[in-house]
Amino acid sequence: MSANSGQVAQSDSARQISKADFAERRYRKRKIINGVMLTLSAAAALFGLFWLGWILWTTLGKGAAAMSLSLFTEMTPPPGVESGGLANAIFGSMLICALGTAMGAPIGVAAGVYLAEYANHTKRGEAIRFINDILLSAPSIVLGLFVYGLLVKPFGGYSAIAGSVALALIIIPVVVRTTDEMLKLVPTQMREAALSLGIPLWKMNIQILARAAWPGILTGILLGVARISGETAPLLFTALGNQYWSTDLTAPMANLPKVINDFAMSPFEYWNSLAWAGAFLITLFVLALSLIARTLSAPKKADL
Amino acid sequence: MPFATTLAVNDQRLAAIAQQDARKDRAFAWLTGLAAWSVFFTLLATIGTMFWGGREAFSTFGFGFITSSTWDPVNLQFGAFVPIYGTLVTSVIALVIAVPISFGIAVFLTELAPSWMRRPVGTAIELLAGIPSIVYGMWGLFVLVPFLGEHVFPWVDANLGQLWLIGPVFRGPPLGVGMGTAGLVLAIMVIPFIASVLREVFLSVPSQLKESAYALGSTTTEVVWHIVLPYTRSASIGAIFLGLGRALGETMAVTFVLGNSFNFSPSLLDPGTSITATIANEFAEASISPLYESSLIALAFVLFMVVLAVLIPAKLMLRQLAKRAGT
Repeated sequence: MSANSGQVAQSDSARQISKADFAERRYRKRKIINGVMLTLSAAAALFGLFWLGWILWTTLGKGAAAMSLSLFTEMTPPPGVESGGLANAIFGSMLICALGTAMGAPIGVAAGVYLAEYANHTKRGEAIRFINDILLSAPSIVLGLFVYGLLVKPFGGYSAIAGSVALALIIIPVVVRTTDEMLKLVPTQMREAALSLGIPLWKMNIQILARAAWPGILTGILLGVARISGETAPLLFTALGNQYWSTDLTAPMANLPKVINDFAMSPFEYWNSLAWAGAFLITLFVLALSLIARTLSAPKKADL
Repeated sequence: MPFATTLAVNDQRLAAIAQQDARKDRAFAWLTGLAAWSVFFTLLATIGTMFWGGREAFSTFGFGFITSSTWDPVNLQFGAFVPIYGTLVTSVIALVIAVPISFGIAVFLTELAPSWMRRPVGTAIELLAGIPSIVYGMWGLFVLVPFLGEHVFPWVDANLGQLWLIGPVFRGPPLGVGMGTAGLVLAIMVIPFIASVLREVFLSVPSQLKESAYALGSTTTEVVWHIVLPYTRSASIGAIFLGLGRALGETMAVTFVLGNSFNFSPSLLDPGTSITATIANEFAEASISPLYESSLIALAFVLFMVVLAVLIPAKLMLRQLAKRAGT
């Protein structure tokens, strides 16, 4: 009897040991898996950041090397000439982007106001919001071809104004989205207070809600400008390019992305360095604009 | 009496103001509504214009436009199989590389990194997502192409190229340009994009859920695997699809490094072309023949349809998460 119970006790403790052992082993296995996965994740992050760092490094290095004052004072050179700058392209880019923003931003803000104030929680509001989201991610080359079919072909030629319209189509969804989101953040009490004082809706929208949401809306516009200032594909079919200084909105106009595109593909080394200088300028501009937009208001993503 | 008259005049004036305000209200609602619907019609008009512009190509070549691989501007024979194949293959390569890495970055930024690191690195990733694609393309052309051509492709050709069955995919001249290079550049371009959306998605998981799992003794991996991923499943897929949509429609990053060749080849080392690269490269010459131009616009139509087929489910899946979060 006693021997028997001793045996039982022994096997019990043995079982306990093996159980503890088992738990220990399982615990260790989980820890190892965890360690491996976390290392992999950190390595992936490092790997991804490595490429991006490389790209930034190359752009800044090669671009800074090509910087000079003549970039801003001289025109884009013809083939074989070893001097010249990007003055006409910089001017053209600024003009086309400014016009595109001037056309797109008001439409975007208005549409955002409609979505947030007039069509919130309605089926048509949801539908427009969804379409806007799709347009936000639509390939820009297709929008460029759309403007080509709309403005270039029927009116007989490439023009700066067509380029601006193409860029406006790209900036509109960005502005619609941020305006809509920012207006939703304005507390309902503000609307109720305004309406209870008998202020008409339009006045409430312009003088109260727009003022409250203004930093956010401006952020959206700035992010939109950052987005269109580097757009290349749509300009190939609309503004085209121009070797000379031009202020004629109905004629082709030089612009940085197109110049970068042409000069990077060329066999001339001087052209290549000009292309790097252009890429450097655009990258710097986009980064600066995004940073300003971010400090202006709480960061709110526009492309989810 | 004068007092009553004043009141009446006041009433009249108030009524006039109210009427004016009502008119302005209607005008304001109408104007903003017009702007909103213009967004709607832009999309419809774009689809319509692409289809209308491409109708000549569709009616001339019919279904063969998609299946034929003869692209011959001289004899006006246009079959878009090679560009379509190039677009799909480069995008798939991009996703195969970018998805695990973006996933790693998002997990790193939401679960692993020390808190002082999360915001700056997260912002840096978002900034990188905003860099114009032509910069990625230029870097690909001037840095990646020579590097791959000299150091990587010869090795791939000599080693992987000899393997049974998958050999042909890795065999070819070490030019540096080609489908593989384009896929890699695309991957690098969509990594910050997918990573920043995924990060946003992961941040939406209620911390109570994660804390409960940690309190029960879960490891970080288990929390990510059993809590974060199931909670964000559809939105994560949506983020990946969004990246795919971006890769499919990308122009400048691939145009520089594809090599612009219409010869079909299964090898990733051979030059190829994509829908966007074809349109960007050839559009200037296409005005010589209406059929040529129509074929390029038809290509854009095909691209847009594919992108829409990817984007619509992506947005729907991302929307589900937003609804659950109550925003």
